[in-house]
Amino acid sequence: MGTFTIKLPDVGEGVAEAELVEWHVKLGDPVTEDMTLAAVMTDKATVDIPSPVNGTVKWLGGEVGDTLAVGSPLVKLDVDGPGGTSEAGESPGDPAASEVEPPSKPISPFEEKMPGRAEGGAEEPERAEIGARKRGGGIPPSGLPPIPPARGEITPIAKAAPTSHSARKPGEKPLASPAVRRRAMEAGVDLRRVAGSGPAGRITADDLAGYLEGGAEVAGDRRRIADTTVTEVRIAGLRRRIAEKMETASRRIAHITYVDEIDMEALEALRAGMNQDRREDRPKLTLLPFLMKAMVIAVREQPVMNAHYDDEAGILRQHGGVHIGIAAQTPAGLMVPVARHCEARDVWNCAAEIARLSEAAKTGSARREELSGSTITITSLGALGGLATTPIINHPEVAIVGVNKMEVRPVWNGTQFIPKKRMNLSSSFDHRVIDGHDAAVFVQRIKRLLENPAMIFVEEAA
Amino acid sequence: MNEITCQFLVIGAGPGGYVAAIRAGQLGLDTVVVDDRKPGGTCLNIGCIPSKALIHAADEYFLLKEAAAARAVPGLTAGPPSLDWAEVVGWKDGIVNRLNNGVTGLFKKSRVKLVEGRARFLDGKTVIVTGETGEQRISAETVVIATGSEPVELGALPFGGKVISSAEALSIQAPPERLAVVGGGYIGVELGTAFAKAGSTVTIVEAAGEILPLYDADLVKPVRRRLDTLGVAVMTGAKAQGLAGEDDDLLVETAEGEERRIACDTVLVTVGRRPVTEGWGREELVLDMDGPFIRTDETRRTAMRGIYAIGDVCGEPMLAHKAMAEGEMVAEIAAGHRRAFDHRAIPAVCFTDPEIVSVGLSPAEAKAQGVETTVGRFPFTASGRAMSLRREDGFVRVVARADNHLVLGVQAVGAGVSELSAAFSLALEMGACLEDIAGTIHAHPTLSESFQEAALGALGKALHV
Repeated sequence: MGTFTIKLPDVGEGVAEAELVEWHVKLGDPVTEDMTLAAVMTDKATVDIPSPVNGTVKWLGGEVGDTLAVGSPLVKLDVDGPGGTSEAGESPGDPAASEVEPPSKPISPFEEKMPGRAEGGAEEPERAEIGARKRGGGIPPSGLPPIPPARGEITPIAKAAPTSHSARKPGEKPLASPAVRRRAMEAGVDLRRVAGSGPAGRITADDLAGYLEGGAEVAGDRRRIADTTVTEVRIAGLRRRIAEKMETASRRIAHITYVDEIDMEALEALRAGMNQDRREDRPKLTLLPFLMKAMVIAVREQPVMNAHYDDEAGILRQHGGVHIGIAAQTPAGLMVPVARHCEARDVWNCAAEIARLSEAAKTGSARREELSGSTITITSLGALGGLATTPIINHPEVAIVGVNKMEVRPVWNGTQFIPKKRMNLSSSFDHRVIDGHDAAVFVQRIKRLLENPAMIFVEEAA
Repeated sequence: MNEITCQFLVIGAGPGGYVAAIRAGQLGLDTVVVDDRKPGGTCLNIGCIPSKALIHAADEYFLLKEAAAARAVPGLTAGPPSLDWAEVVGWKDGIVNRLNNGVTGLFKKSRVKLVEGRARFLDGKTVIVTGETGEQRISAETVVIATGSEPVELGALPFGGKVISSAEALSIQAPPERLAVVGGGYIGVELGTAFAKAGSTVTIVEAAGEILPLYDADLVKPVRRRLDTLGVAVMTGAKAQGLAGEDDDLLVETAEGEERRIACDTVLVTVGRRPVTEGWGREELVLDMDGPFIRTDETRRTAMRGIYAIGDVCGEPMLAHKAMAEGEMVAEIAAGHRRAFDHRAIPAVCFTDPEIVSVGLSPAEAKAQGVETTVGRFPFTASGRAMSLRREDGFVRVVARADNHLVLGVQAVGAGVSELSAAFSLALEMGACLEDIAGTIHAHPTLSESFQEAALGALGKALHV
C-alpha cells in the first residue's frame, strides 16, 4: 500500500491560488476515481477537484476558508500499489518535494520502518518536516501537516471573539467589580445584558458606560433595552470576491446613472403572441432576449459602449462580439454568467442561452469561461426591480443596463389618463470615457427599439 | 403608654441591626432600634469579640509557658507565668464595654433612638416594647427584623449546672480543670483550644467523621495536628448521651459503639446556632419561612410589605459581616436607593490554631458544579516569613476556572491567615483572574506572598516551590 498525493491543479489561467470552499470527503472516506474531493474557488468560478485514483482519504490539506497555492498538496490517499503524486500543477523545480518524497518509494515511514523500531518510526515525519521546511521555501512538499494559512485575512476572527465577549451561561452571574455592579443597579441596568470586554468576560466600568451611552432605556423598562451585541461574520469565498470586485468598480469608475421610462405595451403584446405560437422546442420568451437584441443594435451604433477600459494602460478595447453578462442571484450569491456573441444569436437563441446559463449558475456547475469575459452587462432584480437603481458597472466594462419593475401606470394621452404597462431602465456608464450625452443617446435608442419591437427585427435583418 | 412613630424601626441591635440603624440615621430616616441587651448583639457581647479576646489571652499565656519550658525561640527563656483568668475575663469585659459604648455613641451621632426592652409585634407596622421603665408602642413605616440566633440546646444535655453554652464559657472565672466540648464546629474548637492553652484538659466530642465539618480535609488536617500537640483529645463519630454517674461524667457513645465516660468539670455544648424566630410575635405576622429561617428575597424583603429580615434570622451563613452588609443595604433601600444583595463572596474564618480562611468554592465544590478547575497551592514550609514566625504549618490554595482562569475560591490554613481574608474576598468580588493575582506585587517577606505564589502555581509558573 502507498500514498497518493493529489495536488491542487491549475484551476484557471494565471491563477496562483484558490480558496477551499467545500470538502466533499473526510478522513477515512473511501474514494473512487473521478469522485469529487473538494471544491475550490478562484475569481468567480467554483471548480470541483476530482480524484484521479481509487483509495482512502488519509490527510486533508486545509480547512474550508483556507487559501491554497496551486501545486500544494490537497488530499492524500492510501492507495493500493506504490502511490505517487498527481501531476497537475506540480512545479518541476521543487527540490524539497523530490527529496522528501521520492516518487518510486512509498512515503509512509510507518510501513517500512515499523518492524523492529516502532517508536523511531513515529519520529521520522517530524524530522523530515524540519528539514523540508528549511529547504522547501514556498510550496511545502507532501508529507507535511497542513501549513498554516498563508495570509492574515483568513485567520478565523470569529473564533477569537467569544473569548473577549464571552457569553455567559443562563443563571451565571455577570462578572463585574462591586462598584460597576452598584452603578448598574442604580442605573437600572441588568448586567446580564452587558457584554464584558475584560478578562474572563469581566464587565468594566467602560463597558457599562458604553452600554448606557448606547441609548439603553434606563427607566427599568427592560423590554426596551438596546441590543448592543455585535456578531462578526467573516466575509469569505464568493462574498469576498464580490466585495473586492465592487470595491474596485466603485473606486475606479466614475459612475453616471441615467433612468428613463419605457412603454412596454407593444413589446408585451408581441412577446405574448410569440410565446403563444412558439415551436415546442423553443423556450418561453422573457423580456431579456429582446433587451439583449436591442442592446446589440445600440452598441453597433455606439461601439464605445461595448468595451473594456484598461485605465492603467489608457486603452479602451472596443469588442466586436457582444458578450452580455447577466447578473443573477444564486443560492451562493451574485453571479454573472455570460451569453457570448449575442450579435450572432436571435431572440430564441438568446432565450435558450439565458435559460442554460442561469441553470448552470444556480446549480454551481457553471464553468469559469461561462462566468467571465462579458463586454456589457444587464442587471435585473425581477419582481423586486423597484422604481430605479444605481447599478455598479462590471469592471472593466463601461456600461450596465438595469431593468426595473414593470407595472401598469396612468399615462396622460392629452385628454385623459389611460393605464399603460411601463418600465424603467436604470443604466450606469463610465463617465471617464462616456459623456452624459452619449449615455442618453444609447438609452434612448434602446427605448425606441423596445417601444417599437418590430424595429429590432428590421434592424437585425439590415 | 408612651407612643413613638418613626420611619425605620430595627428589632435587634446586633451587627445587622445596629449597622442598619446607623446607616438609616445617616440617610436622614427617623430611626429607632430596640434591644434588651447592650448594643452589639451576640457578636459583640457573647460571641466574636469576647472569644477573640480570650483566645488571644490564652495564646499569650501558652507562649510564655512554652518559653518557660524552653520550647520557644532558641536562646529565649522566661520564668513560669501565672494566670488569673478572672482578671483576663475582666479585661475582656472592658473591651466589650468600650465597644458597647462605641455603638451607642454612633447611634447618637446618627440620631438613632435606642429603646431598651423586648419588642413584640402587634401587627406589621407596630410593636410593643417592654422594658424596665414600662411599655412603649412604636409604629414605623419600615420594620427590620434582626433578632439573630441563639445556641442550640441538646435534649440530653440541657443548659444548666456544669453544662454551659458558648455565652457562659466566655465569662467563667477560671478555666475548668477538665473541659468536655460537645460539638466540634468552629466555636467548639476555638474555645476548646483556648481553654487547652489556658491549662484545661480538653476533650472534643464530634458526631461527624471529622471536626470542622464545613471545611475540607486538607484544611482541617493542620488544626488536628495542632490539637494533638496541645494534648486535646478529639473523638469523632462520637455521640454525647448525657451526664451519668455520681460525678456527672459525660456519657459518650464512641464511633465503635462503645460507651465511654469522660470525667469533666464543665461540659461546653456547641452544636450549632438557630435563628431566633419565636418570642417576638411572629405569629402576629404573615411571614413565609425557609426552613428555620425567615424567607426573604434578594433585597431581604419578607413576604410582608415594609418588613425586612437580616442577619442570622434570614439564613446562612450566620456571620456578622453578612448581617452588616444586609443591614446597610436595607437602610439604603428604605431611603429610596436601588440595592440588591449581590455579593460574590462571603469569607468565613475559623480562629482555631492554626486559623482557617475560606472564600468562594473549594476544589470539591467547584467540581460538584461541573466546573473544570486549576488549583494552585503554596505551603508555608516554603515561606521565609512563616519560618521566621516559627509557624510553617498550613498553606494557601487558589481554585480557578481552567478555561479563563477566573478565581472561584481561595482557602488558607495557617497561623494569622485570618488577615489574608481581605485579599481573598477582594479577588473574588472584583472578578480577578489568576493573572491578576500573579501580576500584583505582594510585599516580601509576608505570609500574603503565598497568595501570589499559589496563583502562580495554578498557572504552572510557581517560582518558590
